[in-house]
Amino acid sequence: MSAVDDPVAVLRGLARIHQRPPPVVFGPVPRAARSGDQNSAIEARGLVRTFGDNRAVDGVDLNVNAGAIYGFLGPNGAGKSTTVRMLCTLLKPTAGQATVAGYDVVDDPGAVRIRIGVALQEAALDERQTGREILDLQARLYGLSAADRAASIARAVDLADIGDAMEDRVKTYSGGMRRRLDLAASLIHGPEVLFLDEPTTGLDPVSRAQVWDEVRRLNGELGVTVFLTTQYLEEADALADRVAIIDGGRIVEEGSPTELKRAVGADVIVVDLPSEAIAPAAAVAGTVPEVDAVTQGRRGITIATADGAATVGTVAVALSSAGLHPQSLTVRTPSLDDVFLLATGYRMSAVDSTATGGGAAATGADPQHAGRAPASPRSGPP
Amino acid sequence: MSVQRGAPAVAGSGMVRPVGIFTDIATVARRSVRSLLREPEAMAPALIIPTFFFLVNIGALESFVERSPGIDYRAFQIPVAIIFAVTGISRASVLVIDIQTGYLDRMLVTPVRRTTLLLGMMVADIVLAISLSLVVIAMGFVAGVRFETGLLGILVFLGLAVAWSLSFTGFPYTVALRTGNPAAVNSSFLIFFPFAFLTPAYLPRELMTGWMQTVAAWNPVTYLLEGMRSLLSEGWDVVAIGKGAAAIGGLGLVTFVMAFRSLARRVATG
Repeated sequence: MSAVDDPVAVLRGLARIHQRPPPVVFGPVPRAARSGDQNSAIEARGLVRTFGDNRAVDGVDLNVNAGAIYGFLGPNGAGKSTTVRMLCTLLKPTAGQATVAGYDVVDDPGAVRIRIGVALQEAALDERQTGREILDLQARLYGLSAADRAASIARAVDLADIGDAMEDRVKTYSGGMRRRLDLAASLIHGPEVLFLDEPTTGLDPVSRAQVWDEVRRLNGELGVTVFLTTQYLEEADALADRVAIIDGGRIVEEGSPTELKRAVGADVIVVDLPSEAIAPAAAVAGTVPEVDAVTQGRRGITIATADGAATVGTVAVALSSAGLHPQSLTVRTPSLDDVFLLATGYRMSAVDSTATGGGAAATGADPQHAGRAPASPRSGPP
Repeated sequence: MSVQRGAPAVAGSGMVRPVGIFTDIATVARRSVRSLLREPEAMAPALIIPTFFFLVNIGALESFVERSPGIDYRAFQIPVAIIFAVTGISRASVLVIDIQTGYLDRMLVTPVRRTTLLLGMMVADIVLAISLSLVVIAMGFVAGVRFETGLLGILVFLGLAVAWSLSFTGFPYTVALRTGNPAAVNSSFLIFFPFAFLTPAYLPRELMTGWMQTVAAWNPVTYLLEGMRSLLSEGWDVVAIGKGAAAIGGLGLVTFVMAFRSLARRVATG
């Protein structure tokens, strides 16, 4: 990857933007003017958005602490983008209420807009303009004074780090250059809350890990609250202080990645079985006292338990006694995918590998199953 | 929308300041005019079409029409050439690309006033309309056309042409905002034809046949053409000019209501 295509440099530059803030022109906003919890960067209560008969977002509650990295995890079509668009004031909620940076997104969208930066999944740029012109326009749209504009643009140019190409029209840019310019533009006014919509989609694993480092640094050193949507389980796991898992327009789990995984059980036993043996095996496994929860899938069952090493033998014996013969039994620690499976009845990783953008599979989760069911057989692919 | 950009986004950064609506318009207009200057090829059809029709109409009909006393057919055709040049020009093709690429969303997450997103583009439309009109007027002078009303008449003539052009932009902007579809925006050009041709574009109304004369009487372009022609050939006919201005105002009211309602709807629902 060339330096120009390296998205890490974009995020690295974010730090530089904030390390040298321009002088204060006006005093800080009186906190009394803000509503909601002063420690919350984002609060949402019962957020709903419908498109015709489709409830894309179906009652989302959020509470994101200021200074946090919050992962919003879900497959395509789960309602992530619709939620983000409501929080960014691009879309009015059908019902419910939300505040961002202390201001109501419906009642006071202008106050929200000056406090947020938004980098949408697709780098949204005008190809007819040069990189510098895009940054200049962005600074003007935020009403920066001439002096602040010059300083902000200089920092953003430094941040985007695309060299002489800054004077070229965007239509000549590579995808990486566009993404970097897009991020630089979204940060030109020094936002409190940064919305990153799937920032690593399409990146190779090494670049993705580097982006994660930079998001951590941006958040850790500068205190910018980051609301990050992702469909990558490992991204949420690696990066987020807290994670909300959204499926079918509803948040089905919320907590720190560690809490969520611990709630599944200390260990997970994955049992591969012939399809005809899955339902009987789930019933048998559910009778084992050490088993906390059993989830059925297409290729077998997943068992949550406090002590996998101790329980795996008991489960193997119970299955064998019932005339059921697993193809394999594997003990491992839980992943967020296990959390997702328990909450929705199917694996997000399976959806990721098969969904190509429509994401219809994600909306089919039975809300009645959206919860942890102790030791009860469930359906869905493991 | 009341937007107070008087608050620093991040403690210590304190950069954002309150700005007026004209600053917002200037910001959006700056980009629109710049993009206009970068696609001079887009101006070519707007100049070729009126030049072509001007030459063809003069070549085909000048001798015939000028058998009627008191008609200078070249002066008669200049307003037609202007209407052909400036009707239907707009930045709607850029707007629809902004919608498709998400660049409109990028602007909508800033505190910029929503109405200025359209008003700023219209500034570029005005710049283009003035440029095209000046070229056509120059063409008229080359062809020997003179204004009975002098320099002031030329300015009023120019003002009517630009105001007409602007009033017509509401159509393509409405289509762009309602559909977000470039093909639909291109198709919106079709509305130009009844407006431009069901008029006394070729002959004075009194020489037109029955049904066409009736239709032309209901077409605002008829009054615009007659008002503009009066500036060229008759001197200060306030009634004719007033009718032309009223036609522009009437159409502009309709198209602007449509366009700004469409903008409000686009902004409200994303």
